Amino acid sequence: MTPNEDNLLDVAPGLPHDSVLTETLAYVIGLVLALILTGVSFWVASTSAIWGPGVAMGLVVLAIAQMGVHLVFFLHITSGPDNTNNVLALAFGVLMVFLVMIGTIVIMNQMDANMATDPALMNLQMQH
Amino acid sequence: MTTEAATIGLTHGGSEDTGLGHRGPESKSIVVPYGFWLFVLSDMVLFSALFATYATLSHATDGGPTSNELFSRVLVAVETMALLLSSFTCGLAIIAAKRKHMLWTQGWLLVTGALGFIFLSIELYEFVKMASEGAPPQRSAFLSAFFTLVGCHGAHVTAGLLWIGTMMAQIWTKGFKDHIMRRLLCLSIFWHALDIIWVAIFTIVYLIGTLPA
Repeated sequence: MTPNEDNLLDVAPGLPHDSVLTETLAYVIGLVLALILTGVSFWVASTSAIWGPGVAMGLVVLAIAQMGVHLVFFLHITSGPDNTNNVLALAFGVLMVFLVMIGTIVIMNQMDANMATDPALMNLQMQH
Repeated sequence: MTTEAATIGLTHGGSEDTGLGHRGPESKSIVVPYGFWLFVLSDMVLFSALFATYATLSHATDGGPTSNELFSRVLVAVETMALLLSSFTCGLAIIAAKRKHMLWTQGWLLVTGALGFIFLSIELYEFVKMASEGAPPQRSAFLSAFFTLVGCHGAHVTAGLLWIGTMMAQIWTKGFKDHIMRRLLCLSIFWHALDIIWVAIFTIVYLIGTLPA
């Protein structure tokens, strides 16, 4: 293994490589993309040009896209062989986050729907 | 690499790595940021529980103020801009630090900290304003969840600011030594992660929370 190859393997999350120009360029691209996505998010939230009930889902998609931009351009998570461990850890983290969030929201909504009683009846039960 | 080691386990032709740790542990410059990356991911799992709580309770206002009445999109836009730019300048500080350039490193770290401070000041102003307008954390389940989620992020930013100050002092007194650089790298991972969590907060809490009902 050449010293150069060795160097390529020594890349941890957040650690940039290459020259000053290309490294800075990566951050500038990331910043511009993040600014665009943030701007679009605020526009989508305030416009009436988009079907109302679809706006929330659109905003979530934009947020996930922006998180991806941050991961790639700021934290330098890549699909390269030097990044396998970082990507696997990230995948596990994302799995946990989705399990916790979607699981909670689905279950609590179901409970809420099934438990909903007439306010008068609820009041009666409370008195026992 | 001895021939004995090469015959064990998952050895591939041409590769010296047996996959059994025969090369020994990775260098500290790999292991330390990787461990910190695991911490940051577990921190995100913690935040996911707070997000789930907020999503469940966001309409439980108990007749009190709702998200539509409380949140100002203009303030949130300024906060978002401050934190995004600070994430950017934090990256520039790392680029300068890798070249062992003291003035640029300290300068960019200072800008990063200043932007973080602006973010935190706006957040505190918002909290105090809400509490004085009849929307303190104890008013409703929605407000409890809101202050816990956004306050937890604010506490992380506060810790990050202290860490930035510490790193500036350590770089100044000890120079760009290997262990100092590892700490600085962990700081940058932490700071970028805070911005990622903020993206989720401004989308779920502030933008979706202020959509016309």
